[in-house]
Amino acid sequence: MKNTRNQIKSFFIRILNIPFAFFMHAIDLIMWPIQKIIGVRNMPYIFLLPNLIFFGLFVIIPLGANIFFSLSSGDELLFAERELPTTKQYDELLTCDNYLNPNTCTEDFFWRGVYNTIFFVFFQVGLMIFFSVLTAVILNKNIIGRGFFRSVFFFPVLLSPVVVGLIWQWILLKNGAFNAVIESYGGNKVSFLTDPSWAMASVIFVSIWAHMGFYTLIVLAGLQAIPPNLYEAAEMDGTSRERIFFRITLPLLMPNLLVVFILASIKGVQTFDEIYVLTGGGPGTSTSLIVQYIFTTGFASSGSVQNFGLAAAASMILGVVLLILTLMQLYFSRNKESKHQEI
Amino acid sequence: MSDTKSTLIEIATKKRYKNKYHWTDYFSYFYLFLGVLLMFGPVVWLGLSSLKTQAGIQEYPPTILPLSQIQVQVDGYDKPLPIFNVTQEDGSVKQLAQIKRIGIKAKMVDPLNPEETIKVPIDKREKIREFKIQWENYVDPLRKYNFLLYFKNSTFITVIATIITLIINSMAAYALSIYEFRGKNFALVFVIGTLLIPLTIILVPVFYVIANFGMINSLWGVILPGAATPTGVFLLRQYMLTLPRELIEAARMDHASEWAIYWRVVLPLSIPAIAVLAIFSIMWRWNDFLWPLIVLSKSEVYTLQIGLNAFHGELTSQWNYVLSMTMVTLLPIAIIFAYLQKFITTGIASTGMK
Repeated sequence: MKNTRNQIKSFFIRILNIPFAFFMHAIDLIMWPIQKIIGVRNMPYIFLLPNLIFFGLFVIIPLGANIFFSLSSGDELLFAERELPTTKQYDELLTCDNYLNPNTCTEDFFWRGVYNTIFFVFFQVGLMIFFSVLTAVILNKNIIGRGFFRSVFFFPVLLSPVVVGLIWQWILLKNGAFNAVIESYGGNKVSFLTDPSWAMASVIFVSIWAHMGFYTLIVLAGLQAIPPNLYEAAEMDGTSRERIFFRITLPLLMPNLLVVFILASIKGVQTFDEIYVLTGGGPGTSTSLIVQYIFTTGFASSGSVQNFGLAAAASMILGVVLLILTLMQLYFSRNKESKHQEI
Repeated sequence: MSDTKSTLIEIATKKRYKNKYHWTDYFSYFYLFLGVLLMFGPVVWLGLSSLKTQAGIQEYPPTILPLSQIQVQVDGYDKPLPIFNVTQEDGSVKQLAQIKRIGIKAKMVDPLNPEETIKVPIDKREKIREFKIQWENYVDPLRKYNFLLYFKNSTFITVIATIITLIINSMAAYALSIYEFRGKNFALVFVIGTLLIPLTIILVPVFYVIANFGMINSLWGVILPGAATPTGVFLLRQYMLTLPRELIEAARMDHASEWAIYWRVVLPLSIPAIAVLAIFSIMWRWNDFLWPLIVLSKSEVYTLQIGLNAFHGELTSQWNYVLSMTMVTLLPIAIIFAYLQKFITTGIASTGMK
């Protein structure tokens, strides 16, 4: 039975192999003469070329253009028709009478986005890492059905933001399942998505629900890398479990957690999709974050004013934040690796 | 048989501290139980509700299973009427059909005796339900709206983009792992550099590039910008670095061209890493939202994600269709996950990306 299944499998692989081999042979008809002309020594450049063209076209040139857009003004997308140079956009974005109150800023929508993002990232990342560590520690124990529980916590990671947004929008409706549960326990109905003070909490909750599994998995990998003989030694000494956790598990997990923390912040700052589907940034602007601001000013402004320059300037500011976070991540993960080698 | 059973029990009840339950053991199972309810519940609830009728979905408090009220055709009335169990004044229960509800009274009729109408207080009646699966929720939107087209567009983008990503990323990884050449370090730094610039901060100019190529409202405008991924290059390079160099030298001795070494020797040996990247790419592309939202504005090029979002915007009250189409959107990924679960989780744990 298994043998025939394998035969069928290899048969299909062989059939799939025919167009692949044909395609690759066809490319070799071009590559062989090239190799003859430029020599083996220069072949790696040919192999790198397609990827670098893509990076150039869709990352490097756009980055340059973004700086250009942010420093030039006008309503046109064409380079030649924009006025250069100007700091108008940055002035507009960064002018505030009082930086703590978004209403006094010229671009109050941008500053609301900034404050909402800070609030969102603070709570989303903090709570998510707390629950990821808790879940990972529990999943690392000798429990029944560990594989099952692990996949239960992980699978929302694979769901698309639209699916996550729609499922939860529907559950959190005024007449939705969540309110039915609350009422059956004697509580009052809550407008999770239309009450400004609840909307942010709901958005944070849904975002944690959707992404927690990913971080749990990384923390779990970190836990499994802790040498088991440390635990055995502690057990021999009769150390209590609480003490083992705080004195062995947590300190050894720390370098890992730092990287996870920064990784989660990088993703958190860029959150857009789930919130866009769930609340659309509303009610009002109570859940709109920075990327929502960039999207709305650049592409989806009501009326005809699509302010590319302003959107580009806002992206540059976001870019600087992300750059700092990413450099921190690279620094700390390198540190982590060198420490591992020392051990 | 009994032997395996006793071993199973032994494994199940094995604890770090023998013969002693610690409070963390109880807490763990409580937490896991709650976790299953919270993580899995919403999707199960989505699946069950997508089989309900429109009236069943709007019902509050909701029923768990797809139950719908039985309706009958009564002589003299155009529409089928819902049936209730009505408790009479003498305590007996009778089946009546409701014509309409007026305040706290309901105007009802006996289906066996359609001439006579009776007024009943609404708290004396109870809905008669039957288990009924509303397959129309799945069939109607696929027939009436463009969901089959959206499905096709999503599949096209996912397949083509994954093939392009695999080919160009593996080529770059091959160059960066097998050869020594001038500018190699520069190329490596360049690839790391692109890691620092996510799409969210260059939305406007990438849109500009795509517009210059005339690819607005084209599936290629969605496929191309994300085709070269720095994570993919690194994942494959790390793997290819571990391949034995003797194989490549041997192939060169046999006068194989460099391209032939790439696709006949290195690619087949890198299949595990390529498979991980393929799964990631499929996931990224199938679930992609922000970029397609910007590039695609005509409904004939919508992907499933964009179509579902737009559909929800148009028909906010038609939750039965929205829920069933949400189910259709998540099914392919769920099936892939069910088959390749272990593969995906180890892939993520070892690379730290998604």
